[in-house]
Amino acid sequence: MPPRTRATQDRSTDPAGAARLDLDALLRDRSTRIIVCTGAGGVGKTTVAAALGLRGAELGRHVVVLTIDPARRLAQSLGLTELDNTPRPVAGFDTGSGGTLDAMMLDMKRTFDEVVEAHATPDKAAQILANPFYQAVSSSFAGTQEYMAMEKLGQLRSRAEREGSWDLIVVDTPPSRSALDFLDAPKRLGSFLDGRFIRLLMAPAKAGGRAYLKVFSSGVTMATTVMSKILGGQVLQDVQTFVAALDTMFGGFRERADKTYALLKNPETAFVVVAAPERDALREASFFVDRLDQEGMPLAGVVLNRVQRLSAPTLTGARALAAAEQLAETEGGSGTAPLTEGLLRLHANLAETAERQEALARRFTAGHPGIPVVEVPAAAQDIHDLEGLREVGQALTAS
Amino acid sequence: MPPAAAPSHAGVRLHVVTGKGGTGKTTVAAALALALTQQGKRVLLAEVEERQGISQTFDVPPIGHEETRILHERNGGELYGLSVDVRESLMEYLQKFYRLGRAGTVLEKVGAVDFATTIAPGLRDVLLIGKVYEAAGRRQGGRHKDRPVYDAVVLDAPPTGRVVRFLNVNAEVADVAKVGPIRTQADSITRMMRSHTTAVHVVSLLEEMPVQETVDALAELQKASLPLGAIVINQVHAPMVEEKELASVESDRTGVAAAVTSDLKSVSVRTSAAMVAGLLEQAGEHAERVALQQEQEAILLAQGRQVYRLPLLPEGTDAGGIRVLADALTEQGMI
Repeated sequence: MPPRTRATQDRSTDPAGAARLDLDALLRDRSTRIIVCTGAGGVGKTTVAAALGLRGAELGRHVVVLTIDPARRLAQSLGLTELDNTPRPVAGFDTGSGGTLDAMMLDMKRTFDEVVEAHATPDKAAQILANPFYQAVSSSFAGTQEYMAMEKLGQLRSRAEREGSWDLIVVDTPPSRSALDFLDAPKRLGSFLDGRFIRLLMAPAKAGGRAYLKVFSSGVTMATTVMSKILGGQVLQDVQTFVAALDTMFGGFRERADKTYALLKNPETAFVVVAAPERDALREASFFVDRLDQEGMPLAGVVLNRVQRLSAPTLTGARALAAAEQLAETEGGSGTAPLTEGLLRLHANLAETAERQEALARRFTAGHPGIPVVEVPAAAQDIHDLEGLREVGQALTAS
Repeated sequence: MPPAAAPSHAGVRLHVVTGKGGTGKTTVAAALALALTQQGKRVLLAEVEERQGISQTFDVPPIGHEETRILHERNGGELYGLSVDVRESLMEYLQKFYRLGRAGTVLEKVGAVDFATTIAPGLRDVLLIGKVYEAAGRRQGGRHKDRPVYDAVVLDAPPTGRVVRFLNVNAEVADVAKVGPIRTQADSITRMMRSHTTAVHVVSLLEEMPVQETVDALAELQKASLPLGAIVINQVHAPMVEEKELASVESDRTGVAAAVTSDLKSVSVRTSAAMVAGLLEQAGEHAERVALQQEQEAILLAQGRQVYRLPLLPEGTDAGGIRVLADALTEQGMI
């Protein structure tokens, strides 16, 4: 089955043979309601998410950007000075098209606490929040951040629906070990909470002491014995209390995780996979693209971020290097010879980088034919203001 | 720069390498391990996030929970790779401390292994790092019974955001287990982690966010009493055009363009106005990047740690690049 892509590619192709990803069309298309930016760590997901949000707002959309872990100065440029888990308006963008832009930073623990508070009685909520296992799970469970990003996305989506405040949500994804974690973590948390062992652990709490022996098979008894031997009895008891306390919320947990997951398959959603033109980042992008395809999730295309561009493309790297050597060997050259030699060596260096990146991009395209790609040139400076974001936005949407 | 004669981390047996995602910590860990191997040592390079970074970096088949020899040097140095698997570690742990061969299988069957390795993140970390601890402390036995199996262990650790929690297993386990064998294990791991034979190195790029994370990580590591090692700056763009020459470009662009054109012609390069302007533009951007690097480097230098620099390899780390980096670390006297 060919990958499911949205109508975001035009006919023009770049030299690597990939169709061009038209993000302006995606942003202008009012049926696009959610854009998820994903990719390996360090490729510039947050920057791309923020730039798309800004661009969308300047095209007249009502945008909220959910960032996970923005660089400090980038966060400041979006007006995100406090981490209060609530969208705040961003000042300083072009409101000429009537768009609006809000931004927020995810507070994972707080989001989890809010879920607990919203779905349990005050007594029970207090009991859960104080449990040491809840504290461990809510602040460091592998996958909590992903789950909470998903939860927050669900919340923003309902609020947008209810209040009509936003017509486009742009989500950045957590800096996970793997980009796939974003899709897998909610399920993992769900299946963990629904897991057989945890169910068995809860049985005594539910059924009362005497049922204990009946419910527990010898295998489980052995397992719990081993567990308490290793962890200590207190730990198991804490776990039992925690699980029992969360029990009433299980249904809600799973239901919402499933609902948000379904939302991601909806044609109103578009995934933008961000990659740097490096081997590892592209491999990660590859996994993710394949996975989206398997899950039938709508992929808009791939953003190849920080691509080396040459300002003197007519000169090959090899020629530049040869000329530099020749200049170095020439005795009694002109006063500017060392400068010219430097310029040539620099060019040879940049050309080699560009060539390597292009080969990697070609390899990616060959393995994923038909997936639209857009390249963003590497900037000499870090991006930490709206002007910088606007430039990235322009590069993203340049035709 | 530290003198090459006195390697700064000669006494270190466990090198922990961390850094922000995307800074190349796996590459740096691999280069460091290779540099140690080139000294004739027997070295173990371990990863704990099941990323297969080691196999990809050295272009060898995927590595599992078995310590596998990746390469050997003519001088006798040997490099082993290990990708720690949390379930296997738990099974080993159960077998070693409780002689629970069958129980392990039962635990697996009822889902207790999943449970144990996910509910208590501290437990997961104890198991992962416990394996590294075991390998680092393992003795040869027999005639050389007191000699360690590995002369050095390099750990490709989780990224800066998670590393302190990962290394500081004691504090994490304390949250869930006040007493018991797992606690004892955590205590001995912590002792090793805090000893002077361990060093935690932080990899950074000369960009704003990685530098900020490096500074934050150093402070956190110190607060957790973990032994700080070096700062390794990766992907340094070497200044390729002298600063004073760049200044001349800025002051008289037209004049310089004419002079450069004539230089290029003298070595028979076909020129055009656009091409020469392009070369000068590239130089301008390069200068900007170098200036930004210097600004960021100053922040790192102010941290009071040894700083080592690895060049940006235009050809990438494939094709022998890792050796270039290993040599750079040796030349700068990191080990």
